[in-house]
Amino acid sequence: MTAVELGRMIREGETTSVEATERLLKSIRSDEHNAYISVCENALDCAEQTDKLIRSGQLKGPLAGVPVSVKDNICTKGIRTTCASRMLENFTPVYSATAVERLENAGAVIVGKLNMDEFAMGSTNETSYFGPVTNPWDTKRVPGGSSGGSAAAVSAGSAVCALGSDTGGSIRQPSAFCGVTGIKPTYGAVSRYGLVAFASSLDQIGAIAHDAKDCAAILDIIGGWDERDPTTIKMGGTEYLTNLSADIKGMKIGMLEECFGAGLDPEVEQAAIAAAQTLKSLGAEIEYFNMPVIKYATPAYYLIACAEASSNLSRFDGVKYGYRSDDTSDLHSLYSNSRSEGFGDEVKRRILLGTFVLSAGYYDAYYRKAMRVRALIKQAYDRAFEKYDIVLYPTTPGTAGIIGGSDDPLKVYQADINTSSVNLAGLPALSMPCGFSAEGLPIGVQLIGRVLGEQSILNAAHAYQCATDFHKEAPV
Amino acid sequence: MKISSETTKHIAELARLRIPEEKLDETSKDLEAIITYFEVLNTADTEGIEELSHVVDIKNVLREDEIRPSYDREQILQNAPKHDGEMFIVPKIIE
Repeated sequence: MTAVELGRMIREGETTSVEATERLLKSIRSDEHNAYISVCENALDCAEQTDKLIRSGQLKGPLAGVPVSVKDNICTKGIRTTCASRMLENFTPVYSATAVERLENAGAVIVGKLNMDEFAMGSTNETSYFGPVTNPWDTKRVPGGSSGGSAAAVSAGSAVCALGSDTGGSIRQPSAFCGVTGIKPTYGAVSRYGLVAFASSLDQIGAIAHDAKDCAAILDIIGGWDERDPTTIKMGGTEYLTNLSADIKGMKIGMLEECFGAGLDPEVEQAAIAAAQTLKSLGAEIEYFNMPVIKYATPAYYLIACAEASSNLSRFDGVKYGYRSDDTSDLHSLYSNSRSEGFGDEVKRRILLGTFVLSAGYYDAYYRKAMRVRALIKQAYDRAFEKYDIVLYPTTPGTAGIIGGSDDPLKVYQADINTSSVNLAGLPALSMPCGFSAEGLPIGVQLIGRVLGEQSILNAAHAYQCATDFHKEAPV
Repeated sequence: MKISSETTKHIAELARLRIPEEKLDETSKDLEAIITYFEVLNTADTEGIEELSHVVDIKNVLREDEIRPSYDREQILQNAPKHDGEMFIVPKIIE
């Protein structure tokens, strides 16, 4: 059941928000994947209020009455928001993120907070203080990360749709591993107000759902300029859902050669190529092109992301909120002990890396260099979009790995090879299911658009999903 | 580039993180591997290229300095590790 379909049923009286929310809360309570960190106690009350507003005609939008689940790094007023960290284990925000407020104003019912990698740092959902999330397609495997809980819940049916966040692939990669559809909008298209910052020039809130239609509906609600986030683009509301079209005749698709071939799981490559062929049969024109600078994307991404993270996470000091150590004889130990005990290993690793590349003597050689490489990558994509409407390549180099199977942090970083360049360039991108491996694991293909080109990638995905059924498959 | 234990200790100090002695070597090795990985960027030709920090050309977004209500003090203090109903309590800073 998609969010848009459920919204229609509620609007037309075939079910109610209370019924839908009750059913979902049951699923959540019996969730075996550890996808949730918190359940919203007042969700049924909200659903009741929402039903009244829908019946009186005051709420008419496509997602009115629909339960929505939220990644736990997005602030929800009065509802614990932990970022899957000991540091914020008992933190309750005094405000809601803009994206959450807009969903609530549209009649969505916030039903729970989803598990994730700690502070969004990770690609397997194994760095969570609240334990790993399992992949519903094979519970010995990871769901991906950092929005692992979001993708797993949608896949397993314990979420109708979800908000996630994406800094280097954290919406798209878990969507690919869990066989669901995820979209990261253009940087600046969705307000980051209320998103606990990891890397401010890369982070974006986005949607994870069963299909492109749901993603369109969610983006329409949460996106647009926000006075409270000065990095948002001066744009009004979008109408991706009403303008959604399966007609992609003449759409020019560029397949990035460097993201096919060597280093890729052959089954993933085949599935992505087949997806491109399907889009061609629907009227698009496809061709390969090169972008040699993309090889610099992942190191540049990690360098910049860690640098920004080291700055953003310096606010966690045990003073005004968050974890405070018991061992605090002076100010210095208050800071060091609270931070050392409150943060997990991966977070500390990235803070150290970021601190190093920003430190005196290294700032020019590392951080500033990476910022110039970033410009190169953006320029290369700009050139590609002079020729193509969308760029296509596999979302990940392989399928979901085994839980506990990644003990080399560098190897884990390098697997972000297919998603990180997109955040550096600030472009919108969507991952959609396009097949399964011989072992039955989902494979995702990624569609990347030009700046504010969300409609094109949503249309291509919608066209593909009208012609195929991969997105309708569910784990048993 | 080689990352010595001294460098790691120095960075940890800047970041107000404590790395236990027995983990210093392992941490230094981890950092070294990753920083060496970053150095592939040195092979990129960025002559004449300006740094890119914001992908959309937005600069100096200003707003009027209006007085607006903030948050309820009691609500904010609910998240405080230690407070006296009015202020956050911290260890003595100045002797």
